Amino acid sequence: MKKYVKDLTVAEVEFPHSRYVLLKLTDSEPLPEMMPGQFVEVKVEGSPKTFLRRPISINYVDREKNQLWLLIQTVGEGTHKLAELKAGDKLNLVFPLGNGFSTVQKAGEKVLLVGGGVGVAPLLQYGKYLKENGAQPVFLLGARSKGDLLEQDLFKAIAPVYVTTEDASEGEKGFVTQHSLLSNEKFDRISVCGPKPMMVSVAKYAKQSSTPCEVSLENMMACGLGACLCCVEKTVKGNVCVCKEGPVFDINDLTW
Amino acid sequence: MANLITNIAGLTLKNPVMTASGTFGYGVEFADFVNLEDIGGIIVKGTTLNPREGNDYPRMVETASGMLNCVGLQNKGVDYFCKHIYPEIKDIKTNMIVNVSGSCPEDYAECAARINELENIPAIELNISCPNVKQGGMAFGVTTEGASAVVKAVREAYKKPLIVKLSPNVTSITDIALAVQDAGADAVSLINTLMGMVIDIEKRKPVLSIATGGMSGPAVKPVAVRCVWQVAKAVSIPVIGLGGIMNAHDAIEFLLAGASAIEIGTANFVDPAVTVKVANGISDWLDAHGCKSVSEIIGQLNA
Repeated sequence: MKKYVKDLTVAEVEFPHSRYVLLKLTDSEPLPEMMPGQFVEVKVEGSPKTFLRRPISINYVDREKNQLWLLIQTVGEGTHKLAELKAGDKLNLVFPLGNGFSTVQKAGEKVLLVGGGVGVAPLLQYGKYLKENGAQPVFLLGARSKGDLLEQDLFKAIAPVYVTTEDASEGEKGFVTQHSLLSNEKFDRISVCGPKPMMVSVAKYAKQSSTPCEVSLENMMACGLGACLCCVEKTVKGNVCVCKEGPVFDINDLTW
Repeated sequence: MANLITNIAGLTLKNPVMTASGTFGYGVEFADFVNLEDIGGIIVKGTTLNPREGNDYPRMVETASGMLNCVGLQNKGVDYFCKHIYPEIKDIKTNMIVNVSGSCPEDYAECAARINELENIPAIELNISCPNVKQGGMAFGVTTEGASAVVKAVREAYKKPLIVKLSPNVTSITDIALAVQDAGADAVSLINTLMGMVIDIEKRKPVLSIATGGMSGPAVKPVAVRCVWQVAKAVSIPVIGLGGIMNAHDAIEFLLAGASAIEIGTANFVDPAVTVKVANGISDWLDAHGCKSVSEIIGQLNA
């Protein structure tokens, strides 16, 4: 898939919650083909501490409005700078990068999409893709608290949504792996994106229940193109670049 | 338009811009962003006689105006390169140069000898300055004796232009440059990364898996320009300058300091199309200053 480096234009900026920003980007030309689970590398201007680009997963592609959505958690100076962008500003992207989630394996397959925190971002586009291509996605989304749950209405418009919060402010109390859904239902496969401890425990559940499972990793990256070999993950095939061979890996290929 | 052709030890470069080893993969990774044939030379990822897994993650940490890495020469070895990678890159119409590393002079020489057989690889760059491998690497590059021994061994095995990449982590980079010149190097490239360290104060642990790493990016540029200036005055072989070049302005500093060509490294991570922009920027600057060729400014510093 061809990669691009180009300036996109900020069309809309939303603040779903205090610690998150949703950038909706557009371009004068139709946006290129992108797969769910792929990511972009954004260049942050005006932030001396932010030298390298920041990898951000593709949250949603709105073909009607020709928009690419990036849902970003504001954690450091670079992401705070991104939250200051206004409609009309330019943002330079290298994209689309990485492999993306698996395509539909068989008609009608039931796919559990597990997201934690800002890790829910790529699952929106993936859920939409699965639904449109004859699979049955189900979302299981975890957060610390109700205020950290993102894009709930958009997820609900695609498929059933189950929620856990650590403080019981919404859905079931606890972690995603403690949700009753996992003991009540069986899925054909699972895709996960979120904090590593969460992905490790979902992977453990998947192995115990003999359910195929893929996870989306977010190792620290420099080039995003498989050139610098900085973001490697240890796999059964040795050290491989998360940016190029991933970010999505079958758990059986990892050494977790 | 100014003539950008520059010559390095018998190699003709269509422009003085090359890519630094380890920052541009095998070139093909960047083919969507630049026409690879518009780059003067592409120095591909460090290659060793035997495959290397490299160091554990984390291998990279961002710093003020730069980064540290401790990749540790991960590569699949020279046989894999010759069989699987060379066929993919051999028809790219520019100087495709292989960076060669090793852990003893014999390994370096053997690896170089294999690459000597590859018709479309016109030169090698010898890495005697990698700070991220336990044995060899920089150990050779930090003494005149070590540097000389490796270069002599490779010189016997390798018949085409031999570039030797120097470490700045030494007392006198000029002494090392003179030693490798005497041992048969056709050119030197400098600087490799500066050894550095970043600490996670909450964990009270180094961020990188092997504690230290090589620093690169615009933060190291003044050190690199100084090294190039000192070495270019001392040696009679061509000097290739690198270290923190982000744009044409930076590149011209190196050319004025005495570099006959430059390499772009870390900047490739920030802008995958930077190489061609720098080449065009050098051309524009030469035109604006009434220079007919890039050779008119190499080493032409008023100092």
